[in-house]
Amino acid sequence: MVESASMTTPLTPANPLHVLAAASRDVAAVRLAALAPAARLVFRGREAAIGPAGEAFGVPLPREACRFNTAGGRFAFWLGPDEWLLLVPNAEAAPLFTAIEAATTGLPHALVDVSERSVGIEVAGEKAAFVLNQGNPLDLSLAAFPIGMCTRTVFHKAEILLVRHAPDVFHLDVWRSFAPYVWELLEDARRELA
Amino acid sequence: MTNRFRTASGGRIDRAAPLSFRFDGQTFSGFKGDTLASALIANGVHLVGRSFKYHRPRGLLSAGSDEPNALVNVARDAARAAPNLRATQVEVYEGLKAESQNRWPSLAFDAGAVNDLASPFLPSGFYYKTFMWPAGAWKRFYEPKIRAMAGLGVAPTLPDPDRYTQNHVHCDVLVVGAGPAGLAAALAAAESGARVILCDEQAELGGSLLSETTATIEGQPAADWLAATLATLAGKDNVTLLPRTTAFGYYPHNLVALAERVTEHLAVPGAGLPRERLWQVRAKEVVLAAGALERPLVFPENDRPGVLLADSGRTYANRYGAKVGERAVIFTACDAGYRTALDLKAAGVTIVAVADLRTEVSGELPARALAAGIDVRPSTVLVGTKGRLRVSSAQFAKARNGEVGPTETIACDTVLMSGGFTPSVHLFSQSRGKLVWDGAAGAYLPGTSVERERSAGSCRGVYGLQRVLEDGYAQGEAAARAAATFTSPARGATPAPATPSRTIPASADDLGTAGFIGATPHGRNPALAKAFVDWQNDVTSKDILLATREGFRSIEHVKRYTTTGMATDQGKTSNMNTLGIVSEALDTPVPKIGLTTFRPPFTPTTFGLFAGAARGDVFDPLRKTAIHDWAAEQGAAFEDVGNWKRALYFPRAGAGGRMEDMHAAVARECKAVRASVGMFDASTLGKIEIVGPDAAEFMNRMYTNAWAKLEPGRLRYGVMLREDGFVMDDGVVGRMASDRFHVTTTTGGAPRVLAHMEDYLQTEWPDLDVWLTSTTEQWSVIAVQGPKAREVIAPLIEGIDLSKEGFPHMCVREGTILGVPTRLFSVSFTGELGFEINVPSAYGRAVWEAVHAAGERFGITPYGTETMHVLRAEKGYIIVGQETDGTATPDDANLGWAVGKAKKDFVGKRSLARAAMSAPDRRQLVGLKTTDPAVVLEEGAQIVADPSAPVPVPMLGFVTSSYHSAVLGRSIALAMVKGGRARIGTKLMVPMPTHAIEVEVVEPVFYDPKGDRLNG
Amino acid sequence: MLIITCPWCGARPEVEFRYGGEAHIARPADPSALTDQEWADFLYNRTNPKGLHAERWRHMHGCGRYFNALRDTVSDFFVTTYKAGEPRPDIDGSSGGNP
Ligand SMILES: [Zn+2]
Repeated sequence: MVESASMTTPLTPANPLHVLAAASRDVAAVRLAALAPAARLVFRGREAAIGPAGEAFGVPLPREACRFNTAGGRFAFWLGPDEWLLLVPNAEAAPLFTAIEAATTGLPHALVDVSERSVGIEVAGEKAAFVLNQGNPLDLSLAAFPIGMCTRTVFHKAEILLVRHAPDVFHLDVWRSFAPYVWELLEDARRELA
Repeated sequence: MTNRFRTASGGRIDRAAPLSFRFDGQTFSGFKGDTLASALIANGVHLVGRSFKYHRPRGLLSAGSDEPNALVNVARDAARAAPNLRATQVEVYEGLKAESQNRWPSLAFDAGAVNDLASPFLPSGFYYKTFMWPAGAWKRFYEPKIRAMAGLGVAPTLPDPDRYTQNHVHCDVLVVGAGPAGLAAALAAAESGARVILCDEQAELGGSLLSETTATIEGQPAADWLAATLATLAGKDNVTLLPRTTAFGYYPHNLVALAERVTEHLAVPGAGLPRERLWQVRAKEVVLAAGALERPLVFPENDRPGVLLADSGRTYANRYGAKVGERAVIFTACDAGYRTALDLKAAGVTIVAVADLRTEVSGELPARALAAGIDVRPSTVLVGTKGRLRVSSAQFAKARNGEVGPTETIACDTVLMSGGFTPSVHLFSQSRGKLVWDGAAGAYLPGTSVERERSAGSCRGVYGLQRVLEDGYAQGEAAARAAATFTSPARGATPAPATPSRTIPASADDLGTAGFIGATPHGRNPALAKAFVDWQNDVTSKDILLATREGFRSIEHVKRYTTTGMATDQGKTSNMNTLGIVSEALDTPVPKIGLTTFRPPFTPTTFGLFAGAARGDVFDPLRKTAIHDWAAEQGAAFEDVGNWKRALYFPRAGAGGRMEDMHAAVARECKAVRASVGMFDASTLGKIEIVGPDAAEFMNRMYTNAWAKLEPGRLRYGVMLREDGFVMDDGVVGRMASDRFHVTTTTGGAPRVLAHMEDYLQTEWPDLDVWLTSTTEQWSVIAVQGPKAREVIAPLIEGIDLSKEGFPHMCVREGTILGVPTRLFSVSFTGELGFEINVPSAYGRAVWEAVHAAGERFGITPYGTETMHVLRAEKGYIIVGQETDGTATPDDANLGWAVGKAKKDFVGKRSLARAAMSAPDRRQLVGLKTTDPAVVLEEGAQIVADPSAPVPVPMLGFVTSSYHSAVLGRSIALAMVKGGRARIGTKLMVPMPTHAIEVEVVEPVFYDPKGDRLNG
Repeated sequence: MLIITCPWCGARPEVEFRYGGEAHIARPADPSALTDQEWADFLYNRTNPKGLHAERWRHMHGCGRYFNALRDTVSDFFVTTYKAGEPRPDIDGSSGGNP
């Protein structure tokens, strides 16, 4: 299993959006921000494991398609009928991993640490949906994509996890190597905005 | 030049805002609100182009997007030049520069006009008949010449500096067209609370209402009603109004593509604004209110500048305050000609005479014309026009039952013609709706729908202002109602046309539905009279008759043979008259002739719009590893591998400061790895974590190898086949625990392999308790390879016994490197002692730099993919996709050892049992050594036994990899050769264009064949 | 761009999906028991009907699930979609796809 990362390292973690985010223009209508590092675990499993996994994580895993649950700064995103992304900003993955494994011992499941597979981007402001819709074909009206919804989808040619936290606040979770591509296209999409 | 042809007052132009522009180098003045066409007309300019084939002088024909002649190039600068714009859609701004096309040296004198004199030799099908020989000449000679002559516009050669954006939007009701029907539809839908988008291709919303001077709606002048209605719509949050926005394509499931020209009309475009925006509208319901297009009459010399569509002449006068002439002749087959006559007369134009094709002329409009003292001549046709660059007279003749009487020539400076109106069914047809012929209307009208749409107003044959308004309102209301109960995106059954639910009193001239389709009789020598059907492609009635005489019956064939309707205007003005002419020639009713298919785009659309933001560095995702920037800072050269950028080699400055070329750099890198140690960024390798109680069983089924007995902590090289038995991918797999595998794939194969695994897992074996997670981007992978590899990493690693005995070749251990958790593989793709350090990507670069620093005392050498390729080829390690091409079995690729013979089943096993899959003459992987060690073979070169054998020379195989090996001091190559293993030790030939190269077939391992170096 | 209804996520644009060939072709439980001809039939031969076609799709950039669809190959309309493992719905195929 994954060793604990609690041992301090002299090395600094890098975010592929660091340079782009630092140079980013402040636009009131749509703000872009690189989100803090987070622990990310993918949980897959049979029915019996789902409940205990949520209990161990502290957030019940949503059973409704394309929805997320949140409690105590932890998020459980539905990705598929037997697939969830468990995300905790500014946290270590290892203790979560250990706790969930302990709660699901003997119950068929899979838990994989993907903390560094992706990075988060916040797109917020009254024109957030307009900017996202330049590369995403979903209906982002509140009726069709309400607060609490999450789904894998596309932004231009990249796959993203798209999450709505508030009417004007979206989070994107993007695989690292696609993140600059997504960021640059988000920047391009808000060029016409003051 | 002054606006000599400007009316004294009226129109929607802003007479307080004069502006100047240039056309063909000459300065003109116009007003805000003018189009280039209306401003030119106000200045008395009609001559705007030369025709496609005959280079005949051409003037403005229409006032809208159906304009076939007035194609212009508008250039802000050398890069911002747009050819083929219709002058009728170009809004004039201060300083606009436009040029006519298709003329040389000038519009007034065009050298290509000799084609007109030679026209008897340019019949339909001319291109097919003439430019056929010799082979190849079409591409080299004829086509470029014809294109240059044909004046299809010149695209700028500089990169387009403008921006284009694309936007996905959803709405309940999309209304296409903001004439009276569309406005009423939008109003009705908006009142119900539906999300409404109303778009129109013109600068101003209003459609035909913009040309009304006398009509009233709900007791107000039409213009006031229009202003009030637009204000109402603009005030609603649920309504988006899009002027300058053309609905150009109707795609499945109510996806309608709109092209919005955002800055095209501005003298100084706003910073950051896109030039154009593509709206990809997904509408629950669509209302098409596209209106109707006026048909020209097909009579001889109907293409002379000054001959226009009647209603366009009226639009120029009423909407733009521009008179198309001073002395107008009208030629009409319907009451539209009279309406134009009356409105132009009111604008101060002398109406010389009205020639009416009809024998019976009655009704309100003709009566008013007579009362106004206009010379009305029933049963009369125009049989020709005269004038060099502008019409100066028209020839009248009586025509009864096809008999044409003597001609009378009457002076004029403009001819306005009307053959009636054709409903614009382009978008309906694009949506795959079925058109039906309506004999009473003399038109094709929307029939069975395929999409959830409905037509409203004159595009479905409803005429008369009040009826159009009421129809629009009813369709808009019905669309909103349907959208409210929308449950699925299933396409719609034909909606019953909604019946008017609201009375919208309106008064306007009623034109009825009269009209004419075909060519009017002229009694002249048919060989010399050019009566144009298709202005843009220069097709005359004679050409169409010739096609029917040559045996073409289907309208689709006539269209392609004559090219009628195939120009950029898509035959908006020509389709119906073509049908009429074919119908008469074949004595077959119009609906039996058929109708050509309308295809997107409705009007020409820029490439920029389709490209949108996807250009330059964001054309495709450009994937970089966590270590990429370090390599870039070192001056590495990169190559594209899929979407990844990978370091190809790391050139260093040699003696005298000259940078190494690839050959020198790769030679140095290869020697360093073999002699000491090198490091390589292998992060792009695909990675999949396979977890669950049935993980080993799943691995057994997906890979050829046996996995059950692989102990945790061990690595194994795995081979994956497709079900057809051919090698699909390979990679090293680590067993992390009894229920957890760390699988690697090729860089390019990662998504394909995961999809392949998911396919089997989800659809064949859903009972297996195992799950797959891509971890490609979770891990950075740093390969440290060479005899000193262990010494380099040893000081950095904690928690792993790195001793030879404790950590032999092909093992995986978990520990930390500089405190960062790592999965450390003892693995080699070079044949040397090697390790692959997997660390979470956020630490990839930091760990890389630490390893580099730790290796400095051994001269650690970063190397790129080219060196990696050479090193692995020296060892005979294949690359899937290079040695294999989708037709190689494991045995072909020397991987027979990796197939678990005792396994009952795995994907591809049954196919391997086919006799052909083990035939002795299959192509097999071998090594090649050139007799001359300095010669490096070309990859892909064919291999033969005897190059002088009679053709076709039997091909034995081909070279798959070929390099110069600096370590071996000679060239090496891998090849797939028929029965190759049995040929080891024999000589074959590799023929090249000038000579053949002799090679010896050898074992495909050139370096350290026993593998002693792997263990350090 | 079609709208395809994922049995899990609902109506989504076509770009999120990947086509997966004809549906309801189960891999033989014991491939070694098949003759070459029978194996070739399984591997290569498909019905290619004019009209309703049962086919596999994967909500690739969504929930990732494979599911099945009935699509009319004449009109390109999806008649219905259903989860993998469920039987082909009993729908008459001559509708031209306008449910
Ligand atoms: Zn789905």
